[in-house]
Amino acid sequence: MTYEVIAIGASWGGLQAVGTLLEGIPKEVDQAIVVAQHRSAESSRGVLESLLQLHIERPVCEPGDKEPIEACHVYVAPADYHLLVDGGRFALSIEAHVQFARPSIDVLFESVAEAYRDRAIGIVLTGANEDGAAGLAAIKRNGGVGIVQEPKTATKKAMPEAALAAAQADAVLPLEGIGPFLYGLCCV
Amino acid sequence: MALPVERSEELELEQLEVELLLEGIHRRYGLDFREYAPASLKRRLRRRMDGEKVETVSALQNLILHDPAVMERLLLDLSVNVTAMFRDPSFYLAFREKVVPALRTYPFSRLWVAGCSTGEEVYSLAILLAEEGLSDRVRIYATDINQAVIDVARLGVFRLDKMQEYTHNYIRAGGSRSFSEYYVARYDGARFAGSLVDGVVFAQHNLASDAAFNEFHVITCRNVMIYFAQSLQEHVHRLFYESLAMFGVLALGQKETIRLSPHESSFEELNAEERLYKKVR
Repeated sequence: MTYEVIAIGASWGGLQAVGTLLEGIPKEVDQAIVVAQHRSAESSRGVLESLLQLHIERPVCEPGDKEPIEACHVYVAPADYHLLVDGGRFALSIEAHVQFARPSIDVLFESVAEAYRDRAIGIVLTGANEDGAAGLAAIKRNGGVGIVQEPKTATKKAMPEAALAAAQADAVLPLEGIGPFLYGLCCV
Repeated sequence: MALPVERSEELELEQLEVELLLEGIHRRYGLDFREYAPASLKRRLRRRMDGEKVETVSALQNLILHDPAVMERLLLDLSVNVTAMFRDPSFYLAFREKVVPALRTYPFSRLWVAGCSTGEEVYSLAILLAEEGLSDRVRIYATDINQAVIDVARLGVFRLDKMQEYTHNYIRAGGSRSFSEYYVARYDGARFAGSLVDGVVFAQHNLASDAAFNEFHVITCRNVMIYFAQSLQEHVHRLFYESLAMFGVLALGQKETIRLSPHESSFEELNAEERLYKKVR
């Protein structure tokens, strides 16, 4: 199976978790990586990308509307927008908050599920709410792979627990285990 | 993990249903959503399906074709965007810095807020122009595809519990007065002074199908075209190009760009970060 996109959702404690996860992904994993990290609408532009960029070599950016999705890149949902994928490109939206969040992980994951179906991988990390659960279930329903951070290793376990309750995950792993698992899925 | 054949067929079938629905809406109501960006359009259709308690897009189509009230509700789903007064305060700062001086050079000018939704941006710009002493010299035209949201915009009543956020935005946007001077609290609403929008022309206008209707010195269309597919975006870029006076300014949302558009070369960046473009040829 060839996977095309890896979608990551994180909330409380996510900044550090996403950094650690990205650091642990071997460079042979060349799929596009799309991150929805909950944050304040006022977060200064560019700060999250620069922080993540410190961890890794592959380019990190905030996509603009209709920007093409490219392999080997890490894309971070802009603050105060929902990020969706649509025909190989990104699409943005300022519809109402979903699960009190914009960007919402469910919105990203559901669009990834439909666009990429069995070529999608979804990963739910730490958080204190239930965003991402419905989205991960959609990825699974459409034939994709679901990975959840092992709740006891998460800063906040509510979000991974909700995802596990909603979807049959293919792997439940600590952050350090996710990179090698992705390598196994994508490169072996 | 192979995709089960049934699920794949379900998705193809739903795609077909969506296309038929949009075709039906176009022919029945003359509203064209065929070139909207599919992912967010589908989300909104599903919200309406939940609201109407139907399971399939075909069932929704049945309701929409036979009952204009359902179409109106769908139109609200499709045209209401959850925006804020002085959203992106830095944009308003840049507007004061880069656009206001240009507006001062005209004895009279026209500003078009395309896709004004419930009016948050119209009131924000009206306040900004009032503070710059330009109220009498700049006429705002505010348009939307949906008459219902225009009526809301005209009323100028916004949620009272939003005022703290808006005040904060207003200050960061370079506001020079006390924000509470502009509205009166009543029940759970904040009613903005009617004098702010006395001169505003509110009108229904469909960016997908209606032509240019005036010549403008500024057009703002922020976070509206993100719901359009690229083909429709190009169409609207052309409409704006044709509607702008030479050296007129186009303002887009912070994650939108005129790059990649056939009209890119007709514009210069006035402020790249804030997506302000000037028509130069």
